[in-house]
Amino acid sequence: MKIAPGEYFLQGNEACVQGALSAGVRFFAGYPITPSTEIAEGLSHKLKGADGVFLQMEDEIACISAVIGASWGGVKAMTATSGPGFSLMQEAIGYAAMSETPVVIVNVMRGGPSTGQPTRASQGDVMQTKYGSHGDYQVIAFAPASVQEMFDLTVDSFNYSEKYRVPAFLLSDAEIGHMRGLLKIPEHIRIIDRKEKGMKRPDEAYDVPDNLVHPFPVFGKGHKTMITGMTHTDTSKIEPEDARVHQELVERLSEKILRNRKDINKWELMCPGSKTMIVSYGSASLGAKEVAASDDRVGLLRLKSLWPFPEEPVAEVARNCSQILVSEMNLGMMYWEIKRVAVENGCKKVELLSKIGGDPPTPSEFRHRLREMGAL
Amino acid sequence: MELFEFYRKDRWPHVFCPGCGNGTVMNCFYRAFSELALPLDKTAFVGGIGCSSRIPLYINSDALHTTHGRAIAFATGLKLAKPELKIVVFTGDGDLGAIGGNHFINGCRRNVDMTVICINNNIYGMTGGQASITTPHDFQSTTTPYGNKEYPFDLAEIAVAAGANYVARWTTRNVHELAKSMKTALQKKGFTFVEVVSQCPTNFGRRNKMADPSQMLEWFKESSIRRDKDKPALDQVDLNIEGKVTIGEFVDRNRECYEELIGVGKHG
Repeated sequence: MKIAPGEYFLQGNEACVQGALSAGVRFFAGYPITPSTEIAEGLSHKLKGADGVFLQMEDEIACISAVIGASWGGVKAMTATSGPGFSLMQEAIGYAAMSETPVVIVNVMRGGPSTGQPTRASQGDVMQTKYGSHGDYQVIAFAPASVQEMFDLTVDSFNYSEKYRVPAFLLSDAEIGHMRGLLKIPEHIRIIDRKEKGMKRPDEAYDVPDNLVHPFPVFGKGHKTMITGMTHTDTSKIEPEDARVHQELVERLSEKILRNRKDINKWELMCPGSKTMIVSYGSASLGAKEVAASDDRVGLLRLKSLWPFPEEPVAEVARNCSQILVSEMNLGMMYWEIKRVAVENGCKKVELLSKIGGDPPTPSEFRHRLREMGAL
Repeated sequence: MELFEFYRKDRWPHVFCPGCGNGTVMNCFYRAFSELALPLDKTAFVGGIGCSSRIPLYINSDALHTTHGRAIAFATGLKLAKPELKIVVFTGDGDLGAIGGNHFINGCRRNVDMTVICINNNIYGMTGGQASITTPHDFQSTTTPYGNKEYPFDLAEIAVAAGANYVARWTTRNVHELAKSMKTALQKKGFTFVEVVSQCPTNFGRRNKMADPSQMLEWFKESSIRRDKDKPALDQVDLNIEGKVTIGEFVDRNRECYEELIGVGKHG
């Protein structure tokens, strides 16, 4: 079922399907929505019989709920959607965070708010990914910028979701999901399986201390597991009135991600040390990459993961440059996080190149803005 | 199986009010389950949000206490990922028929093997007695101070129309019939649905001149009309208007269940 090592010419969404299969997905529940539908269609061909379950459900709430249920059955489970469907999933995403259920959610972002631009790219859901459900919680989110990364970061979404028992997100967009390009499948793909209760083995998942990420008690194995979205103790006793239990639980859910930021965060750095640095991610970074490759006065920090926020690389860049241009396809979301860290680290000039409507910023738009900033 | 092998003694006392019908339903379920000698460790209990949805947390087995209304969707994923598990969903009228109505209808239609037990107390009990989708017409609740002007849903009729394999409805007065229906439902493949019209003296009875639980059971006796014996092949159930309730076994059929149709294999 897994794609053989070699070179392929695939669509971004198809590469995501292959990444999921390589990571070992055994359950997918989806609902048709542009521009993510190819992921559901692709997996409907692959997940059948003993290979796994593909399920088309009545709405996105049902999809994410079934995916969480399947994860408690002990399998790697995933759903894929876009803006409106992602909004519907928010309550259950909070449930997955609270109940520490590993699930992978692909959001092929489109223009919002509301129905917006179903066929056009956007990066308007990056804050919703982290803050969409009520209460304090942390998640893991990756932002692919190529067909290759649609594959690689889908695999990583599964790996980190399983390792930290947390919902992990692949924040793609209509541009990356629908572009076609080269996909290289290596001989060896790093796979991390969840740390299951009652099992001991030398594995990356077992590197995380038990006091932060508890071993996962799969249903049907006599663990008498009690899973709830209510405030609970480590032994799943419901204690909604106990302030101390609530604080310990919610702090641990955050800490297990924040303390392991260095393990999770991924980025690409071009021309480090340039006086002017562009910080961007996903399809908004495509034009910036071209600029940074052709002009050594400008560097690029391309974030491949957005949550937990990669403070270290942003701080490092801010300490060594005099100005930063942030580019994203929204009216400024990650900009405020980047600006916060940059200012804390001595870079006072942080500007935003924001573009919405569906087209990623072009190299000439970057150059025009960089000239205004005196960088070129 | 002893009662306290089946229920988690360490979780008691429970959250239910004195006179609540949930205890009757739990007792009937315990009887059905232990008479069938089903393996507790190979059964998973799923609930949404509400008083009845708390029952899974008192049973000494794997329990998934989920979000409001989505228990059937969670249970669908769990069953298909681990088909060797028997799945029992405990839910209420608000959880199943209002916020979870879509999953209920599609659960019946999809016919994944699970038993859904809905404790219908005609009210939102946990939040203090607001009108639900099954509150009878012109009855009182905290959100219908001038009487409920809407007409109630008939959950059993919806299940019949949507395609469930087995549908029965009883009140908490009909303990023998209820336990028997639960046994039938647990043994049957596909989506099986047992609705129990139950008393909430605290939040329903108190506002409708039936503060004493026994008055509510008396009301069930007077208002319930048994239909299955008259019409054994009945596939239409009357609407539950003005507090009248039809009871009986409404459907018993053998549509192929979803996991058989997709040939789901065993994983993990």
